[in-house]
Amino acid sequence: MFPIFQIGPVALQVPGLVLLAGLWIGLTLSERRARRRGENPGHLYNLVFIALIAGVIGARLSFAATYPSAFTTNPWSLVSLNPGLLDPLAGALIGAAAAAIYLFRKNLPLWSTLDALTPLFAVIGIAIGISHFASGSAFGAPTQVPWGIQLWGATRHPTQIYEIILATFTLIVIMLLDKTSWSLTPGNIFLSFISLSAVSRLFLEAYRGDSLLLYSGFRGAQVISWLVLATCFVLLGWHIQRNRLEKEIMK
Amino acid sequence: MFSILVLTIGAAWIWLSTAPMGSTTQGDIPAPQEGFLAPDFRLETFDREGYTLSELRGKPVLINFWASWCPPCRSEMPAIQKVYDEFQDQGFFVLAVNSTHQDNLGDAITFAQIRKLTFPILLDRDGSVGDLYEVRALPTTFFVDSQGIIQEVVVGGPMSEALLQIRVEQLMEQSP
Repeated sequence: MFPIFQIGPVALQVPGLVLLAGLWIGLTLSERRARRRGENPGHLYNLVFIALIAGVIGARLSFAATYPSAFTTNPWSLVSLNPGLLDPLAGALIGAAAAAIYLFRKNLPLWSTLDALTPLFAVIGIAIGISHFASGSAFGAPTQVPWGIQLWGATRHPTQIYEIILATFTLIVIMLLDKTSWSLTPGNIFLSFISLSAVSRLFLEAYRGDSLLLYSGFRGAQVISWLVLATCFVLLGWHIQRNRLEKEIMK
Repeated sequence: MFSILVLTIGAAWIWLSTAPMGSTTQGDIPAPQEGFLAPDFRLETFDREGYTLSELRGKPVLINFWASWCPPCRSEMPAIQKVYDEFQDQGFFVLAVNSTHQDNLGDAITFAQIRKLTFPILLDRDGSVGDLYEVRALPTTFFVDSQGIIQEVVVGGPMSEALLQIRVEQLMEQSP
């Protein structure tokens, strides 16, 4: 584990750096894809930055609204750099809402835009795995397999490595699919990415040592992944059927 | 057909991966990570008064690793003192572990006196407690609940007053 990168007196948080690098590399890949397809990459940059800025501000304001007394006595904490003062769920919802407003105002097609952003999402998936490895979070269950790693007082499944491998495999499959006729139907690339990510999580969660357990010992993340996968299959089926109908009408 | 097959295999995998309730919580294993038991240690203050972490079981504890030469450590100390003043009557405890092996003891004592720090300043003379907690940057803070489980690790600083106040309030709420 390497949570800190020390440069003289400055201690840099490796997980945060890795996520930033993932954002940069992913945006570059999405931009190249957009250029190849004759789309405007400027819209992608604007969309991502508007979502990020709105998400961070929304996450901080939502957190402050949850604990108003702490912020009224310490108002400067509103602009604190502490990531612990963020409400991630509210941030994600507000960021998504800001992105939706931008899409609507610029009249951008939803499914094609999501396809264009898929390389970014896939690279962020790898970056999350590396950041988990750096911090030692998302750790595995104790095991006796020969490739187990010594972590937090036990020999454990290297679930962070599994996560990086699965996310890299997902990115490769998405890049290959993007070169086939499968990518011609808007939404197919994005839904394929979500499906592959859901399958990865479904598989990986069985080896995690920090799963949230539901009734009867079912792992919460697996149940959610299964539901996401089922939804993706329904949407993909609907896309394929609609595409077929459109072709028949054209004929 | 393919989708039904994948979903069926997925459902079977979920069933095969069920775990006994409580088996994925790591509360019995000492490790410096969120969700684990805070590793036990014993250290002394400037005036040789000893403190053992496990003897504070039943009280929420904030363990702060610091050094007098570290600007963020110095910046966050008044905020730590403030929450300590506010919550010590309710059982909240602060152990400020000075990384004495990489600090000047005289500077650390002077800093504590000037800032009027009233919680115990423990001296980690050989760095063994810092190693036990895998401290790689100063300051590093561990929020430990009354059962001795680490609820949060904050690497770097300074922590804002709001963050400290909210986290300590949460620790107090979890206490029986």
